[in-house]
Amino acid sequence: MRNSTIFLTLICSLLLISASLVLHAQVSRAGAPTASNRELVRRLKLSDLCLFTEARYTRHPAMADHHAAFQDHPMALEHFPSGSLVSPPDLRRKAP
Amino acid sequence: MSRRFERYRNILDFAISSLLRRKGKNLSLLAVYTLIVFLIASIVFFTQALKREATLVLEDAPDLVVQRMVAGRNDPIPVTYAEKIAAIRGVSAVTPRFWGYDYDALTGANFTLVAADSEPPAKESIYIGSGVARIMRLARGDYLSLRDARGAPDVFSVQKVLPVNSELVAADLIQIRVDDFHKLFDFPPGRATDLAVSVRNKVEVQTIAAKIAQLFPDVRPILKSEILRTYDAVFDWRGGMVIVVLFVAVLSFIIFAWDKATGLSAEERKEIGILKSIGWETGDVLLLKSFEGMVTSLTAFFTGVSLAYAHVFFFSASLFEHALKGWGVLYPQFRLTPVVDPYLLGVLFLLTVGPYTVATIVPSWLAASVDPDAAMRS
Repeated sequence: MRNSTIFLTLICSLLLISASLVLHAQVSRAGAPTASNRELVRRLKLSDLCLFTEARYTRHPAMADHHAAFQDHPMALEHFPSGSLVSPPDLRRKAP
Repeated sequence: MSRRFERYRNILDFAISSLLRRKGKNLSLLAVYTLIVFLIASIVFFTQALKREATLVLEDAPDLVVQRMVAGRNDPIPVTYAEKIAAIRGVSAVTPRFWGYDYDALTGANFTLVAADSEPPAKESIYIGSGVARIMRLARGDYLSLRDARGAPDVFSVQKVLPVNSELVAADLIQIRVDDFHKLFDFPPGRATDLAVSVRNKVEVQTIAAKIAQLFPDVRPILKSEILRTYDAVFDWRGGMVIVVLFVAVLSFIIFAWDKATGLSAEERKEIGILKSIGWETGDVLLLKSFEGMVTSLTAFFTGVSLAYAHVFFFSASLFEHALKGWGVLYPQFRLTPVVDPYLLGVLFLLTVGPYTVATIVPSWLAASVDPDAAMRS
């Protein structure tokens, strides 16, 4: 078999896989738990997603005070240089 | 037409044979290229899916949250504020929210305790998120002991474990009755953590927030649009933490493409010289080299994007898990709803395939435009 035939077959297969992934995205959206999560948000009047649970300002970034990270602008990883120097207390890190 | 097509196919055949002659080098190049596309596409898929989920799920979040500030810190808000806020024209409902955190010293996890009147659990019972159930090894009917404000244990019966697919909003959640919440935290009577305000006409939210701030100078109103903007800012692919990771990935791609662009090997230069001496035109050589670039870049792009999709949506972005976990002990396990944004994929295609193909052609063009004899001798 010619090299070009093998390559074109490979590219067509990859295109087919990509197309099926797009189709998968469409199908998965229909069965997504978004509606039940919205219901929970409405019922409990939640304001944040549960993504990071280690600190108040990461668990509820939208409710955090003005001095918390990410609050002022997208590049605001830390407000103060000390943020990169001060580590959390040993007690907190050594929890089993 | 068919002769022209056949010509292109012959050049493509030659390009692939040429790539296969340097199998080791080109395969490692393909692996690095695929890895970079995989990394960038994973970040794009992950952030887009999270942003979309945040926008959809938080669509039902309160229109306004009113928090009381004392000396720059949040303080429980008097419930009497709710009556005055409810009297503002355009406000349809004001609901006090009772919520807080509980740190479990045994596991090191932080739980979010929420007390709501809507479908509350039975007295001294709780509903728990599946993340809490997992880390505390609890099931329906088990008991969970929480330390109250005086340090004494308060035992609650687990009435329900929230479904696993709600982890994105409720992995660390413990729903408790309002009276149990007051008792557990010795919460001051007549106060709430904050107030959730519903507004009839969404256009008026800003005006109502201004009225509330004017009426109570010690409060901070947080608009739903601000809540959504926070998630936009954190997960925007052009900002926040994502840009740092993306910058590293793009930089490594530039170094990689630059390395490719800075020159051809002596063997490749000789090959171009031979092709020109047997009658190949400069255009044919450029076509050959662009085909070589396209074979590598198209294969890497489609493989990288497909692998990234599988990584993010089938394996819950497991490679990013350690970065996302941070110091958190309780990490929500959620499957994101897939989102494929054609615009972002187009940008990714142009940013990776375009520069690489150009980086392949430029040195070849320089080599092809010199005398064949000089090219073979160099």
